Amino acid sequence: MHDRNHLANVGMTHEVNVITNGLLDIPMLQMLAEDGTPHKEATLPELDEKTAKDILHAMQYVRVLDERMIGAQRQGRISFYLACTGEEAATTASAAALKPQDMIMSQYREQGALAYRGYTTEQFMNQMFSNEKDPNKGRQMPIHYGDKALNFMTISSPLGTQIPQASGYAYGQKMEGTDAVTICYFGEGAASEGDFHAGLNMAAVLNCPVIFFCRNNGYAISTPASEQFAGDGIASRGIGYGVKTIRVDGNDVMAVYAATQTAREIAVKEQCPVLIEAMTYRLAAHSTSDDPTGYRSREEEEKWRAKDPIARMKAWMTAQGWFDEEANAKVVEKMREDVLNELKRVEKVDVPVIDEIIEDVYDTPPWHLKAQLKELKEHISKYPEHYPKTSGRLNRG
Amino acid sequence: MAKMNLLQAINNALITAMEENEKVMVFGEDVGHFGGVFRATSNLQEKFGKGRCFNTPLTEQGIIGFANGLAAQGSSPVAEIQFGDYIFPAFDQIVNETAKWRYRSGGQFSVGTLTIRTPYGGGIAGGHYHSQSPEAYFAHTPGMKIVIPRNPYQAKGLLLASIRDDNPVLFMEPKKLYRASVGEVPEDDYELPIGKAEVIKEGKDITLLAWGAQIEIIEKAAEMAEKDGVSAEIIDLRSILPWDADTVAESVMKTGRLLINHEAPLTGGFASEIAATIQERCFLYLEAPISRVCGLDTPYPLAHEKEYMPDHLKTYEAIKRTLQY
Ligand SMILES: Cc1ncc(C[n+]2csc(CCOP(=O)(O)OP(=O)(O)O)c2C)c(N)n1
Ligand SMILES: [Mg+2]
Repeated sequence: MHDRNHLANVGMTHEVNVITNGLLDIPMLQMLAEDGTPHKEATLPELDEKTAKDILHAMQYVRVLDERMIGAQRQGRISFYLACTGEEAATTASAAALKPQDMIMSQYREQGALAYRGYTTEQFMNQMFSNEKDPNKGRQMPIHYGDKALNFMTISSPLGTQIPQASGYAYGQKMEGTDAVTICYFGEGAASEGDFHAGLNMAAVLNCPVIFFCRNNGYAISTPASEQFAGDGIASRGIGYGVKTIRVDGNDVMAVYAATQTAREIAVKEQCPVLIEAMTYRLAAHSTSDDPTGYRSREEEEKWRAKDPIARMKAWMTAQGWFDEEANAKVVEKMREDVLNELKRVEKVDVPVIDEIIEDVYDTPPWHLKAQLKELKEHISKYPEHYPKTSGRLNRG
Repeated sequence: MAKMNLLQAINNALITAMEENEKVMVFGEDVGHFGGVFRATSNLQEKFGKGRCFNTPLTEQGIIGFANGLAAQGSSPVAEIQFGDYIFPAFDQIVNETAKWRYRSGGQFSVGTLTIRTPYGGGIAGGHYHSQSPEAYFAHTPGMKIVIPRNPYQAKGLLLASIRDDNPVLFMEPKKLYRASVGEVPEDDYELPIGKAEVIKEGKDITLLAWGAQIEIIEKAAEMAEKDGVSAEIIDLRSILPWDADTVAESVMKTGRLLINHEAPLTGGFASEIAATIQERCFLYLEAPISRVCGLDTPYPLAHEKEYMPDHLKTYEAIKRTLQY
């Protein structure tokens, strides 16, 4: 016999009823208007002066870093860069609403979260220059950060893979009974991958305390959201999977903070997933390999530039008496100096010694990898000038 | 004839195929108006309309699943996977569906009109996920053809043959050469044979075998060895499946030595398959063990990319070892 449970909550209709897109109206939470004034009906989250400043500074820091590193890539000093510009509020205020023990599994455009957690300029640089001080050992392209101490899982380029992984990670946290959740960031493009659907469904069925945080920034490289999906954004899918869902203005620090705080409370108390769709805009090119003039208009960009999340936060903080233009200019200037100095210093640091090439493939290198390393070292010592980054240090390590 | 780089040759082949057969449709991530992240599909949407050249949502399993259905229906899909490293979400659709469609239906149905294009290979500071050479995973799959061109002329002729071949073809493009490799390409329609290797240079002491971007590497190594008085025969395998064992064996019976170079890791790489077959066919002709110069058995590392690569110096050293055996 068929289990009738699956019909338990199904109502009846006696006419042919076609349910269409748009019947489910998912509004966007906005607390601060674009000029920074709070909406009268909005109950702002409690945010003290220090946290507000930490958020603002992390956003400003990321913008400074982005500008400088795009320049460094153009000068050929690093091979690749990918900016967060325009999405600073979404990625910073969400991280600010979490606890340090919460795991972050990100896509690649979330340097705001990392900066908020305290990742230092030196750490950013070590990764981007693939040097011997990068804890990820220089193996991945620039911007693939990862830091165990900060509970920031090392980034992987294949899109969407972190989504079901976050469900699994959160399930483990739940089984341990700790006060910790996982936040999983991804783009609206990545949400088309099969992994998105698998991840949400599993989290819902297995009651995982995970926050799925989608940055809907309008584009996946050149593909506009209108060619990415035909439904009502990503939020409507959460409902379909039985995942509690919030749509939020991603350029509004207050709204993102409030939404993530609420999501965390639900995830912890009810031990279930929550989906947040943050509506924002990728003001930057997709990456330094991309030129957006081929697929979108200046006017569109300008329209969004006017919705700058940093300016909105500044305006609100000014009204609180927490923002002083002059003092802030000094803070930002110091960030610039810090980034510039560290860039100059770190670019001279060596790449890892060649011995590290076979490490971490397994817990310990098996015989065949040891043999390959030995052969490689003999070869490098025959042609030292051809392998200048490693030949001088063959006997270290 | 016109001077084209490898991307332009591919673009030109796609135009040729789409003009000749209106069932040819080109799609994938960013391939529409934008023309693909490498611009291989530039202007196709303008020329042939959104119905025949379009962006897909960001889902490789979707792209190939869709392409399978479209091919089964009788159209000729040319699906692009943006990077070879991102083909794995589509692994199930390719390995279990594309490759077995004809066999499981007793030949009633097939997706033989399907072509999958994807850039592969390293040497571009791409780290783990923009560098891999995944041909061996697919070579383990009966039912697929796998083709890899080494220059613009080869790319156009082989791609046209792949699109028209009545078997699903995985067409892997050496992205390091996209702009770097420039050559004369006929503007007319032409095809080059699938399943046939090409002897690029004749020699008598050793056979050097590679495909795609590694052809340049073995050519450079051969030049070095030439100065030591070694005469190397150079073969471009061109098709990984089915591969041209006859041409390779014939060469090895003449030279008595074989070196195979590929960028993918050594263990389980396609060189292993070639070595096994050639020692079977040429055992009594071999003067030295078959040499494999390949990537290390590690993921593709960024900082140590140069050290990881099976470059011309490693190849040159292996030629010497093989000759001195
Ligand atoms: C599985 C996979 N397919 C394709 C790519 C290539 N790729 C890198 S970023 C990107 C677009 C991602 O868009 P979205 O998820 O919206 O994130 P955004 O860049 O807008 O932050 C694509 C197609 C990839 N990294 N992984
Ligand atoms: Mg996006």
